[in-house]
Amino acid sequence: MPDKTNVPAVEGLFTMDPREPRLLGTRCRACGTYFFPAEKTFCRNPACDQADFEEAPLSRTGKVWSYTSASYKPPAPFVAKEPFEPFAIAAVELEDEGITILGQVADGIGVDALKTGMPMELVLRELYEDDEHIYFTWNWKPTSGGSDA
Amino acid sequence: MSKDVAVLGVGMHPWGKWGQSFVGYGVKAAQDALKDAGVQWKDIQLVAGGDTIRNGYPGYVAGATFAQALGWSGARVSSSYGACATGAQAISVARAHILAGLCDVALVIGADAAPKGFFAPTGGRRPEDPDWLRFHIQGITNPTYFGLYARRRMDVYGATQQDFAQVKVKNSKHGLHNPNARYRKEVALEDVMSSVLVADPLHLLDICATSDGAAALVLSSMDFARRHTTDPVKIAAVSTVTPVYPNNIIEMPNLATDSKAGVGLPEIGFKESIAHGAYEEAGLGPEDMSLAEVYDLSTALELDWYEQIGLCPPGDAEKLLRDGDTSIGGRVPVNPSGGLGCFGEAVPAQAIAQVCELTWQLRGQAEGRQVEGAKAGVTVNQGLFGHGSSVICTV
Repeated sequence: MPDKTNVPAVEGLFTMDPREPRLLGTRCRACGTYFFPAEKTFCRNPACDQADFEEAPLSRTGKVWSYTSASYKPPAPFVAKEPFEPFAIAAVELEDEGITILGQVADGIGVDALKTGMPMELVLRELYEDDEHIYFTWNWKPTSGGSDA
Repeated sequence: MSKDVAVLGVGMHPWGKWGQSFVGYGVKAAQDALKDAGVQWKDIQLVAGGDTIRNGYPGYVAGATFAQALGWSGARVSSSYGACATGAQAISVARAHILAGLCDVALVIGADAAPKGFFAPTGGRRPEDPDWLRFHIQGITNPTYFGLYARRRMDVYGATQQDFAQVKVKNSKHGLHNPNARYRKEVALEDVMSSVLVADPLHLLDICATSDGAAALVLSSMDFARRHTTDPVKIAAVSTVTPVYPNNIIEMPNLATDSKAGVGLPEIGFKESIAHGAYEEAGLGPEDMSLAEVYDLSTALELDWYEQIGLCPPGDAEKLLRDGDTSIGGRVPVNPSGGLGCFGEAVPAQAIAQVCELTWQLRGQAEGRQVEGAKAGVTVNQGLFGHGSSVICTV
């Protein structure tokens, strides 16, 4: 029985680097605007009529804009583990990109451990698996070294 | 040229879980609106339907579906969709036809038969659809966004879960005598606080249910109205604005905001711009409003709207609530109908129902929940991906 292969749950959204994963956005070469998920066909800045994009791995760290929890199992197309375990969700602002991105909070860390403004970093976690693959997504995790930065 | 159109008639099918087709609900609401207006179905020149996406093909072409059910009459037809703002889209189509002189009298109908529980995206693997993507890859439901906004109020403004619960307590009193409301029962603070946590900090009773229901309006030119009635309620403005780039607040169903790295933020945010557009068009301001019907998908969202429609500065909504300003009898009652908290959401009917309530209030017919001396009111609501929706009615 061969080992299962680690793959992203959806292609093209993030790198699979287990230590320093990055979300993969794009940046408009003309106006400098970032997009996540990647935008490659039109620039959404109304003052920009260019369509020249470069791939932009986004900052791995940011600060909590807000947070909440999912106490009930979300419906399909989410694939929930059984039994369902509630999880926290954070909206994290990336300073350089000027963009806020949602993600589950890693490792069962609950809302009691979160606060607006708290520094977070990007990690990869298993989402679900089948006979051949383990499917991954991104999570946010409080940065190691304290929460009062 | 006056931009006023008259609200000649209003009608609703009570909200609930009735287990019937949305078409029947819509027909009942339409018949009530026609009767209220004193207008015959055969005299309607345009049917503007609000679409529902959870009831098969008839829902996608709701205008024609309702016209067929009422009996083909050769009227013009339109069917529009804007998620939660669907009703405002249908109202806007009817109003534009009337103001352009393309018709004198129009019937606007929205109806839904809603599934139980969380709204989920339509089927298939569609990674390019943000609505599919957020469910699949992060398990993010609609209440996730309500929870994020609520928690932000707590961390930034010092709001409490009790404040949010108090919105439910207020609205449950408002809706107590509304014959079209689904939940007509007083709710105590402890009831909300002891209901299960769904999306921290929000409890089950902080979040609106999904319901069956229907609402309809007969709209006409002012000339047509004068031949039928005196002093009709008027629609003075309909705002259907989109955001201005970049929209830097996280919005359902997106996983990320627009970037502000390349372009500066607009003067006012999207949610603030929705009612602002209506005030500008009506030549009125928040201080002129006697009441407001706002889209309380969650209790905390009602508080956000107080600020976003200009009833108070940012951070003061909890004070406005605590002081009783937004209760019936207060300075500017909000959701005298009982709001979504008492109705549950029937998506394409909801923005139309808001206008029904303003009409009853401005006519002095809102029995058991009347805002005394009401002269003007505003509705506000927002559809996914940036469908603004705000209507101002005056008398």
